[in-house]
Amino acid sequence: MWAIGLAVAASLTANPILLALILAVVTLVVTNRRTGSPWAKAFRLYVILGAFVVLSRLVLHLLVGLKVGEHRLFWLPSVTLPSWAAGINVGGTVYLEGLLAAGLQGLRLATMIVCIGAANALANPKRLLRALPGSLQEIGTAVIVSVTVAPQLAESVQRVLRARQLRGQNAGGLRSVRQVALPVLQDTLDRSLSLAAAMDSRGYGRRVTESSQERRWGSAAPYASFAGLIGASIGLFGLLSADTPPVLGAPLLGLGLVLAVVGLRLGGRGVHRTTYRPDPWSWPETLTAATGLAAVVGSIVASHLDPQSMSMPVLPLGWPGLPWVAAAGILLAALPGYLTPEPPR
Amino acid sequence: MNPAIRFDQVTVTYAGEATPALREVDLAIEEGELALVVGRTGSGKSTLLGAVNGNVPHFTGGTLAGRVTVCGRDTRTHRPRDLADLVGVVGQDPVAGFVTDTVEEELAYGMEQLALPPEVMRKRVEETLDLLGIADLRAKPLAQLSGGQQQRVAIGSVLTAHPRVLILDEPTSALDPTGAEEVLAAITRLVHDLGVTVVLAEHRIERVIQYADLIVHVSPSGVVTSGLPAAMMATSDVAPPIVELGRYAGWSPLPLSVRDARRAAAPLRAALPAVPRPALATSRSVPIVPAVTVTTGTIGSDRDGGLVARDVVVRHGDLVAVAGVSLTLYAGEVTALMGRNGAGKSSLMWALQGTGSRTSGRVAVTATPHSQSPGPDRRTGASASGPPSDPPPAPLDPADLSAADRRRLVGLVPQSASDLLYLDSVEQECAQADRESHAAAGTCAAHLERLAPGIPPDRHPRDLSEGQRLALVLAIQLTADPPIVLLDEPTRGLDYAAKSALASALSELAAGGRTVLLSTHDVEFVATVADRVVVMAEGDIVADGPTTEVVVASPAFAPQVAKILAPLPYLTVDDVRRTQTATDTSPTEP
Repeated sequence: MWAIGLAVAASLTANPILLALILAVVTLVVTNRRTGSPWAKAFRLYVILGAFVVLSRLVLHLLVGLKVGEHRLFWLPSVTLPSWAAGINVGGTVYLEGLLAAGLQGLRLATMIVCIGAANALANPKRLLRALPGSLQEIGTAVIVSVTVAPQLAESVQRVLRARQLRGQNAGGLRSVRQVALPVLQDTLDRSLSLAAAMDSRGYGRRVTESSQERRWGSAAPYASFAGLIGASIGLFGLLSADTPPVLGAPLLGLGLVLAVVGLRLGGRGVHRTTYRPDPWSWPETLTAATGLAAVVGSIVASHLDPQSMSMPVLPLGWPGLPWVAAAGILLAALPGYLTPEPPR
Repeated sequence: MNPAIRFDQVTVTYAGEATPALREVDLAIEEGELALVVGRTGSGKSTLLGAVNGNVPHFTGGTLAGRVTVCGRDTRTHRPRDLADLVGVVGQDPVAGFVTDTVEEELAYGMEQLALPPEVMRKRVEETLDLLGIADLRAKPLAQLSGGQQQRVAIGSVLTAHPRVLILDEPTSALDPTGAEEVLAAITRLVHDLGVTVVLAEHRIERVIQYADLIVHVSPSGVVTSGLPAAMMATSDVAPPIVELGRYAGWSPLPLSVRDARRAAAPLRAALPAVPRPALATSRSVPIVPAVTVTTGTIGSDRDGGLVARDVVVRHGDLVAVAGVSLTLYAGEVTALMGRNGAGKSSLMWALQGTGSRTSGRVAVTATPHSQSPGPDRRTGASASGPPSDPPPAPLDPADLSAADRRRLVGLVPQSASDLLYLDSVEQECAQADRESHAAAGTCAAHLERLAPGIPPDRHPRDLSEGQRLALVLAIQLTADPPIVLLDEPTRGLDYAAKSALASALSELAAGGRTVLLSTHDVEFVATVADRVVVMAEGDIVADGPTTEVVVASPAFAPQVAKILAPLPYLTVDDVRRTQTATDTSPTEP
């Protein structure tokens, strides 16, 4: 919830100061509050992925991007493309403005990736899946299987690589991909199947006998939830883009969410589950969710008040302003890093 | 009373198979019985078990004709999830079935799906923790448990739903003798105290047979027969050593527990000479001194020609897997490496081979690669590459060599042997093995033919039986002709016939002058094949000596025949048979 709030805030802005702020906040909270579990260590991977996104965006811009601007940086040899590819500049003069804009786009995406990484590092994905409504059980099976098998995939790659050495092969190359992939894929498939079978035989997604009326309602459930989700996403889009009338945003979002919830409820009616020791929801959880929300609200308010300050002026080039409301919201999101109790190590 | 499980003219045919896996099965298992399912590998035991809770055909595909009912519910209309409150299933690999992360959550998972109220769940979790003796593990992550503990948690996690039928597919195959005892004790307690019906498949029948009320025999053609243990065992195509001894000595009724057999065996013990006659090819009862080791192979008898390891330490992060092991392996000798799950056996094997990591210590192989690999790239990268001719070769450390040269010195068959296979047919795998070892074409195929005759060359490696696949991997490793062969848990999932084939193959390798080291939990197999036993615990060697001494001295490791005939030092039925025919004493019965 918190991480999604920050990710949304990141998607709203192209202001490098705000993006850097978000990155700093996320990193701070993660380093302060992560556990020693394997998924917590994955945060580094997300950061690396983010850096890779920025870099590749820059390189792409250098190679084929549309180069505009006034400040010439340097010149790359350009290639004249045949007429069918007109409009794509390969190489050519690189301007500061274009490069910056590309870098910012990359940075925005990277920040969102890091936010998702933070969510992954701070919460056990399997705990999140427990909250999944019962009607989505087929999807639930698939997600649980993939979440469980993914780390084992890495382990089985290692094992097969080691086994290959026993056959005296340590050459890389395209041929070896097949040699590794085949046993690994087979292994992974076997494991996924046996996990799915085990879940099924332990009663996952079990339905109690339902009356015919219930069943009729149940068959309406997918349509309701589908329509609801579409409504919700249109509403969300309306809310997030600053130039649509606000009337379209919030009500549609609300309506869509209600429909989706009703649909899921209906579909999940036949599935009865209980929770053994439910995860407690107390003030640290509320605080965390609230601060995440604060970041979103801050960004939305700022973008409606002063759309200019949410992005960096590129054409013409200038220093970005700092929207105080948005910055305050993001800084609030750093609070959980200090106020929530220490996780057990 | 209605039987708990009833099969009514059940025939299961998998898609694309010409012959059914099960054929017209009529079977009734009464409530509270422990039914043991036996049969050769690939005979359809797992299919039979899967059919009980509806995994076959709901999950595996194929067609099921006939009717399976469990406590009155037909699997045709009830999916596995609808039977979850009646049938608990524990698979071969407990880890593959774990859905959550900690012991307590795993125990509760099934009950959550059955929508039991939280108070009931709390109570049942506590009861189950106590019943299986895992209360101290409750908060532990599942990944950190030992194999025996994991298996008990897996059983516990289905027990919390209070099923009336428990299905177990080889629950002890991956466990050391002590871990297996723990699991079996828990199972028998369930049968006796709670009246749970248990259906259990097992390759190592000797472990379970004394507890069984009913034997269900699945023949390779899919025909299923069932009956009382003693009657069924008299004719079964799979027989544990105790049954073989009983059949040999002509005891009737056939004893199934060591206790019964000991009572029947008094005349046999009196008739047998005090020392068993040694086998011709190996030197089992002769004390192991390198000079005495029988060498009928190519290596001269004046040299031990094996592998010397000094102070080998293997560390994985904080965990010390192997803590300073010094070990000498001799040519022409089969050494068995035993010990608890997680005692460091695999780590040691990989370290000896050189591919696995080694934190410190030295490994020196004094044997030379065999005659047929005179390639120019031989021993490239070796620190001391002496003249490749006869005079005493410089000892080589396999870790210093390239992977290709290493396997020419030390061959390793890893625990999951199928990791080595990636081609589409046995023929291609063999050809590839010949190429990568610079061996003459057909070398690998010849090895394979000797190890496991009659495998069609166009068969896909995945479709081979467990034993055939192991033979294929062993053949691939032998193609490089290493003087030292290491096998990590080769007996897993093998039936008695496959094991005895493997045993004779290994004896043959040793007789050919090779050094063989294998790790296993199977004491009966060790008794058949090994000259010497090394026991590891916590990364150290705690016992090292001739099989007879090490194995008989420990109650956990003693094979059945040794227990029956103690204090006489006989380990296998073959020992008894050979001695009796040689000394020409008539058996206890005419």
